[in-house]
Amino acid sequence: MPVCDLAVSSVRELNQALHRLTPDTNETAWEIDNPQGKHAIGVGINVPVEIDIKGHVGYYCAGMNKFASVRIHGNAGTGVAENMMSGTVHVMGDASQSAGATGCGGLLIIDGDASARCGISMKGIDILVKGSIGSMSAFMAQAGNLVVLGNAGEALGDSIYEATIFVRGEVKSLGADCIEKPMTEADRERLAGLLGRAGLDGAAKVDDFRMYGSARELYHFHVDNAASY
Amino acid sequence: MCGIVGLFLKNKALEPALGDMLSKMLVTMTARGPDSAGVAVYGAGNNDRVKLTLRAEDAGAAAALANELPAALGVPVDVSIRANHIVASLPRDAEAAALQWVKARAGQIQLVSVGTHMEIYKDVGLPEHVVSEFALAGMAGSHGIGHTRMATESAVTINGAHPFSTGEDQCLVHNGSLSNHNSIRRTLVREGMSFATQNDSEVAAGYLTWRMSKGDSLKQSLTSSLEDLDGFFTFVVGTRNGFAVLRDPIACKPAIMAESDDYVAFGSEYRALSVLPAIEKARVFEPEPATVYAWERS
Repeated sequence: MPVCDLAVSSVRELNQALHRLTPDTNETAWEIDNPQGKHAIGVGINVPVEIDIKGHVGYYCAGMNKFASVRIHGNAGTGVAENMMSGTVHVMGDASQSAGATGCGGLLIIDGDASARCGISMKGIDILVKGSIGSMSAFMAQAGNLVVLGNAGEALGDSIYEATIFVRGEVKSLGADCIEKPMTEADRERLAGLLGRAGLDGAAKVDDFRMYGSARELYHFHVDNAASY
Repeated sequence: MCGIVGLFLKNKALEPALGDMLSKMLVTMTARGPDSAGVAVYGAGNNDRVKLTLRAEDAGAAAALANELPAALGVPVDVSIRANHIVASLPRDAEAAALQWVKARAGQIQLVSVGTHMEIYKDVGLPEHVVSEFALAGMAGSHGIGHTRMATESAVTINGAHPFSTGEDQCLVHNGSLSNHNSIRRTLVREGMSFATQNDSEVAAGYLTWRMSKGDSLKQSLTSSLEDLDGFFTFVVGTRNGFAVLRDPIACKPAIMAESDDYVAFGSEYRALSVLPAIEKARVFEPEPATVYAWERS
């Protein structure tokens, strides 16, 4: 198993080594030691490898991830899994602001809390937060699912498009054009599937969640809605 | 961007290492602010003597002025010199005369801070340079705060460097920018306060000093700043026996903290905390927006 000690190697050396991997590589399990909050660890991975990062990471860890499974054994700084395409990123601690921002696909799991703007402008990613999320989460979210087992801060889903938000705890306030919606059977199945993918089968009940999405009033400019934008 | 750090020791056994820990934290934040750096260290002192931190043009000028001061005041003055900064410890009843002496030498020397336990050192240049210039790593103390500046609101000068001190043993470092600092400055000037710079962060420090002069605790003064100060901010504030952190209501600027039985530490990024001893055993968390976090020593 390749082991990269970031107390010795640079992040650039690590990322270049990861970028050199081909889809048929045999080096499929990596360990990264001493991340010490460094930025941009494991950005732009494009192959199905498993990566364990043993500690806290800085900004943009596993950004643009494609195919890889990245486990962060600690907290993550701003923009973890930003613009992820596919694969899985699992933060075992807390995540800072803008977790999963603009993500197009894949699954981001956060065991602790996520800070403000979680899932901002998400475009297809699924995000599951076992703790709570901060204010302005899922702002302008376009597609994908944000599942929160804890509480949500102010202005949840402000100006949301077609993404779906499931929250088990309390929502401090909803943002512009975000409303609670009744869950259909298909929605319930989708939520159950997401909980299962995050290893929460049986640990969280679908019935305990409420679902939020777009009222679709702000899709097209209408002067009567001017104050809502 | 700016980088800020703070360290409040709970375990007295760590006090000889305060400067060393703070230096490492500060240098780690160089990428966030390479223009200037500064620290406030709360170390030895007693309430009967006042410590003035003064800044001269250079080390030579500092030495000459430090020689002049005791004779000018006619009282015993303990003087220590670190590069171009002088810390003069003098009897409290000589404070007014000492401040007059400084005022009379405007252009040659500037007052940086007044306190009983606090000393402030700041200069332009990379944090690594500033830390070694003042031999920060060798300083002992109970708590300290530091700042690496990326200039936005005012010029790259020593006057624009943080920490800002506007009251005895009080200081503040700020990451962000205030939008209503001019109107708050005018209000505070009408209240009798004076400011040495046009910097927005000095206004924030002055605001807290003003609130505390009206009887607010450190925590209360920060709570009321949420109503009165507008803009982006993360503040880290020190008082003689206190240490506090506040972020604006939308938490525009990054912040992360660690707390253990040994210390409370603040950094703009986790990297600044990663250099601390036993950090892996501390509780690491992101402070909530619009929430005052404050600690006091008994």
